[in-house]
Amino acid sequence: MESKNREVLVSVKNMEVTFGVKRKKFVAVHGVSFDIYKGETFGLVGESGSGKTTIGRAIIRINPMSAGEVIYKGQRISGKISHELDREVTQQIQMIFQDPMASLNERAKVDYIVSEGLVNVHHGISHSEREAKVSEALSEVGLLPEFASRFPHEFSGGQRQRIGIARSLIMEPEFIIADEPISALDVSIRAQVLNLMSKLQKERGLTYLFIAHDLSVMRFICDRIAVIHKGVIVELAETEKLFAHPLHPYTRALLSAIPLPDPESEKEKVLEIYDPSCHHYETDKPVWTEIEPGHFIMANQEELAAYRRQITV
Amino acid sequence: MENQDIILSVKDLNVKFNLRGKVLHAIRNVSLDVHKGESLCIVGESGCGKSVLNKNFIGLLDKNGWVDSGSILYYGMDDGKPVDLAKFPKESEWLKIRGHEICMILQDPMTSLNPLKTVGKQIGEAVELHQHLHGAALKQKVIQILADVGIPEPERRYKQYPHEFSGGMRQRVVIAIAIACNPKILICDEPTTALDVTIQAQILDLIKDLKAKYGLTIIFITHDLGVVANIADRIAVMYAGDIVEIGLVNEVFYDPKHPYTWALLSSLPQLGVKGQDLYSIKGTPPNLFKAVHGDAFAARNPQALKIDFVELPPYFEVSPTHKAKTWLLDPRAPKVEPPEHIKHIREIRNMRKKGGTVDGK
Repeated sequence: MESKNREVLVSVKNMEVTFGVKRKKFVAVHGVSFDIYKGETFGLVGESGSGKTTIGRAIIRINPMSAGEVIYKGQRISGKISHELDREVTQQIQMIFQDPMASLNERAKVDYIVSEGLVNVHHGISHSEREAKVSEALSEVGLLPEFASRFPHEFSGGQRQRIGIARSLIMEPEFIIADEPISALDVSIRAQVLNLMSKLQKERGLTYLFIAHDLSVMRFICDRIAVIHKGVIVELAETEKLFAHPLHPYTRALLSAIPLPDPESEKEKVLEIYDPSCHHYETDKPVWTEIEPGHFIMANQEELAAYRRQITV
Repeated sequence: MENQDIILSVKDLNVKFNLRGKVLHAIRNVSLDVHKGESLCIVGESGCGKSVLNKNFIGLLDKNGWVDSGSILYYGMDDGKPVDLAKFPKESEWLKIRGHEICMILQDPMTSLNPLKTVGKQIGEAVELHQHLHGAALKQKVIQILADVGIPEPERRYKQYPHEFSGGMRQRVVIAIAIACNPKILICDEPTTALDVTIQAQILDLIKDLKAKYGLTIIFITHDLGVVANIADRIAVMYAGDIVEIGLVNEVFYDPKHPYTWALLSSLPQLGVKGQDLYSIKGTPPNLFKAVHGDAFAARNPQALKIDFVELPPYFEVSPTHKAKTWLLDPRAPKVEPPEHIKHIREIRNMRKKGGTVDGK
C-alpha cells in the first residue's frame, strides 16, 4: 500500500541465468522479477544451490543473464550498455562477499585493497587525496587508519569483513549487494557487523540486497523478504507479514527450521519438510500473483483459492 | 543429573601449546564430568578452546601441544576399569579408544571424506576394522547403516562417490562412518555450521534419533547458542580456555548467571529488536600467551566488579546441577540484573504459539 508511493531503485524483470551450453545447459534462475525500493533492505533467502547468489551476481553483472533485464534508476543496465553508464553503475553498485578469508587479495596491503576501485574510477586522483579517503573509509567501519599498511592475514575474520565493507563504501555507492556477509562469522562478531551495516544504512541512506540462508538474521535486518527455491521466487512479503502468515509450504518449512534459543519450545517443535510433489502443476500452471497488497506468491489457481481462505480466517 | 554414571571425567586439565617459542595456555584448569547417555553442549566463541578440549579425548592434539597437568578418566572400557586418556603415550593405545569408544564428527563434510573412494567403501573400512565383517555381510551392514542415517536408496548410494552427494547427505555419511564403529561417545565438532538452516535442523534431528537408538553419549560443540536449545541436556559455556558456567539446558537459558552467558544470549539475532542495535560483545578475548588474572571476561564486561580483575572466582553453586564462575554470585556482591531481553526468551515461545493459531492448526 504505502510501498506503491516509494521510489523503485532496482527492478529485476524476468531474469533468467543459464550456465553451460547446449546439452549440458543448466538454468539457475527461472524468470525472476522483483523491485527493490530506495533505502530499504531487501532480503533474498533460500538454501544453497537455490540461485540466490546468482541473482546478486547477475545484477552487478558478474554473471551474464540469458533473458530478462535489470533496470537501475530507470535505465537498463543489463546486456550491452554505454561506456558512461557502465562506469556509473560500477561506482554506484557494490558488493560485499561471503567469505572474508577468500575475498581479499593476500598479497596486497589494505590500502591497495580498499582504494583499488577508487583509482579505477577516478583516474589521476592524487596520492594524498587517496590516503585521506582510505583512512576515512577505514575509520567509518571501525578500523584504525594505521591498518592501511597491513596485510589481510594480520586481521581476524570480523576485521576482514569490515575491510570488505570499507572497500565498497569508498566508492560512495547507493546500492550494496551483501552476499551472506555474516555466515562465516562468529556469533558475537556477527552482531557487530550487522550493527555496522544498519548504522551505515541510516547515515548514508543505502539500499541493501541482503542474501542469506538464515531467516533469524533476516527478520532482524530486512524490510521485505523474498524466498527462493530452485531458481524460482516462491513468496515475497514484508518481513513481519511473512513471519506471521507464511503461505507457501517451502516458506513454512524454512520458518520451522529456525533454531530458537528456548529449550521448551524447541522440544515441542515439529519440523516441516518441503516436498515439491505436494504441488500439482501438470495442468494448472503456477503464476506469480499478488495475493494481498505487497504479498506475492507463486501458486496455481487451486492453491490460490486455498491460500485466500487462510488469509481471511 | 542425579547419580548418573559418569563416563568421562576431566580433572584440572591444563593444555599448553608451543607457538614460535612462546607458550600458549589453551585449556586452563578445566574440570568436567560427562554422564552416560546425556548430550552435553560446549558453547563458546572461536578460539575459546572448545575444540582443543575435545581433541584431547581422542588423542588428536596437534604436535606442538601437550597436556601439562590434570587427568581425563574414561570409565567406558569393557572391563570397567578407568583409563587416563591424558597419559596415553602411544598411538597403538589410542587405536583402542579412537573409533571403538569415542568418535568424532568434524565441521566440514566436504573435507572429511576421501573423494577417490566410494561412500560404501569408506564406511566399510570402519566396519571391517572394528567389527571384523567381510564380503556380503559387510555390505549388508553398511547398507543398513546408510539407511539408519536417513539416506534414501542405500543400495544405489553405496556405489557412489562423495561428489555425488549434497552437503547435508555428506554429513550423514560422515555420521554413518562414526556410528559404524558402535562408539560410546560421539563428539560433534560444529557438525552443522557449514550447512543450511533446513538441513541443519534435519541433521540435529538425526543425531537425536541415533542417540536414542544406539545409546550414545553426545558431546556437541558449537558457537551458536540458538542451535543447542534443541539437542542439549546440559550446557557448558567456555571462555578463554575455562568453563565459566555449566548447567541443565533450562537453567542456562532461563536463568543464566555468568555475564558472558548473558552476552552470548543477547547477541542472538532471534532476540534482537528490529531498528535497535543488536547487542555485541566489545573487545577481544584475552591473550592466552600471557597469564590471565582474575575473571578472564572482566575486561569485556561493562558490569565487572573490582575483584574480577584481581582474583579468579570459584564455582558458585546455583543448584546441584548449575554452577557458574562469577563473583556476582558471592553473597557480598552487589545485585546485578541480567539484561532485560534475555528474560523474554519465554516470550518467543508465545509468539510462535500465536503463529500456530494463524496457520489454522
